[in-house]
Amino acid sequence: MAVTLTPADRAPAPPRTRPVRDRHHRGVSRWVVLALVTLGALVMLVPFAFMLLNAFKSPSDYSNGGPLSWPTEFYTTGLRTYWTTVNFPLKLWNSTLIAGSVAVLGVAVSLLNAYALGIGRVRGRLWIVGLFLLANMLPQEALIYPLYYVAKQVGLYNTQLSVIIIFTVIQSAFGTYLLASVMSTFPRSLLEAASLDGAGKWTILWRVVFPNLRPTLAVLLIFFFIWTWNEFLIPLVMLIDNQTQTIPVALASLQGDRLMDAPTTNAGALISLVPAIIFFLIFQRTLARGITAGAEK
Amino acid sequence: MAVSETVAAAHPATTPTQPAPGRKRRGRNASYWLYLLPGAVLFILVIGAPLVGTGYLSLTKWSGVGDPTWVGLDNYQQLLHDEVFWASFRNTVAMLIAMVVVPTLLGLVLASVLFDIIGRRFRPRTAAALRAAFYLPQVLPVVVAGIVWGWILRPDGAFNSLLDAVGLGALRHDWLGDPDTALPAVMAVMIWVQIGYPVVVFMAALQRVDPELYEAAEVDGANWVHRFRAITLPQIRPETFVVALTCTIAALKVFGPIFALTRGGPENATNVPSYFAYYTFFKKLQVGYGSAISTVLTLIIVVVAVLFIWMQYRSERRDRGI
Repeated sequence: MAVTLTPADRAPAPPRTRPVRDRHHRGVSRWVVLALVTLGALVMLVPFAFMLLNAFKSPSDYSNGGPLSWPTEFYTTGLRTYWTTVNFPLKLWNSTLIAGSVAVLGVAVSLLNAYALGIGRVRGRLWIVGLFLLANMLPQEALIYPLYYVAKQVGLYNTQLSVIIIFTVIQSAFGTYLLASVMSTFPRSLLEAASLDGAGKWTILWRVVFPNLRPTLAVLLIFFFIWTWNEFLIPLVMLIDNQTQTIPVALASLQGDRLMDAPTTNAGALISLVPAIIFFLIFQRTLARGITAGAEK
Repeated sequence: MAVSETVAAAHPATTPTQPAPGRKRRGRNASYWLYLLPGAVLFILVIGAPLVGTGYLSLTKWSGVGDPTWVGLDNYQQLLHDEVFWASFRNTVAMLIAMVVVPTLLGLVLASVLFDIIGRRFRPRTAAALRAAFYLPQVLPVVVAGIVWGWILRPDGAFNSLLDAVGLGALRHDWLGDPDTALPAVMAVMIWVQIGYPVVVFMAALQRVDPELYEAAEVDGANWVHRFRAITLPQIRPETFVVALTCTIAALKVFGPIFALTRGGPENATNVPSYFAYYTFFKKLQVGYGSAISTVLTLIIVVVAVLFIWMQYRSERRDRGI
């Protein structure tokens, strides 16, 4: 990992990255490339700019000047309307509770499963890992009706717990597959050394395997959190009232509502984006490093 | 990278240092099953049983109340003659183009340019900032993206205003309301949503590559195109497989953006199997029919996934020269 992308990482290969023989790139070509890629990046950001521009624009400004005009006043009623109408703090709490619980529980279940499959190498592990991988790919429609029906029967319908349980299993299916392949390359010598020192399986898992896998687990945790945060179909079906809904479901159920004028729609979208961006920035570093963490043997 | 080692878990290199698989070893491994127990129970409750339930329901007629009536394969026969069902699968092909083909190809080029040119000739921070810009839509909950784009593409929305502003006002259009343009518009949105994922994965993968490879190639006078073909592509082939597979599955299952952008309309122009199933379950209350749609979609996904994994397995074996 000599060429790192994150400034926070140490040792970005010093001048070595600028080869002495820079014959082919001394010219303008690299600036052209940079300009093109930057242009592409800006195009990607245009919708976000639209959001920002219109989230704080009054409806009268909007109807006079259209979506591209510069607002004449800093209008926050849209944001406030959205905040209070959907009870945003509660939605934020629901989303965080669900995504956070799923991330932690999903990683825990994945770790236990993968320990048996990747390190324990139990019989038939190839089929079991394959089954988990396939399960993660299933369309949620193939599960949703029975889950919805049973949740109603046992009183879990319209509770955050129902969604937490379902996504813990769905995410851990992927986590099991990933961690099992990471663990199958785990240095045997470490395990044997611990074994000789008289450590049991449980101790080896938490004292030897877990510390070594921490970067991969961190990445899984982030992925599970973000994936669950963004999930839509199952929360849409399972969570039907204001007390339990997540941010995306709340926003979608307001779509087409008379109250959702342009500023309110954009403010709502913008504010739904904020937690995800904060989360992303905090863990940007982990993400950049972690995706390949499993490869560092 | 571990994600790509689809079958690696299945083929631990049997090194001579491993104890012979004798009775002792089997005994030692037996207690590992305990670690699988919680996962297995949850798995059966949340995935196994509902899946079987849906399969059973697809052979019945049921409104969700009372008892299902057994009808055998009637639902499937009805599907074969259902125009909406076929339209939804035709639209899936469009989703595959917008969510797999275009993002993967663009992502390969972008990641390689960001890594091999911008990351090495400018400061790594520049590459990181550009990567973040491409990745940002991935962070946005996909439904929120759908809602914002729905607003942008409205007849009086930002996109048409933009056309006016640059003098192309003649092109103003109800992009999502016209059956002819709704699907291309949704495809464009999906490309925007998806592109960040391959870029980030491929850039992470490229960090595995020994930078000396690139430097040596450069000293030999290889330009970016040469390096892309000779180093980048072969080095990150495993990740390319994984990205193509995960994006394909996502494209087959796409629901949120369709729900937020068009609700499958106008005139089913953007309907997809997933939304069609949802609508059949919860709006038309035809649980048996919805289950049949879901079962067909499940079978297609399983076949696609198995094909992908088998292809990857084959290519890995070829690489190892077995």
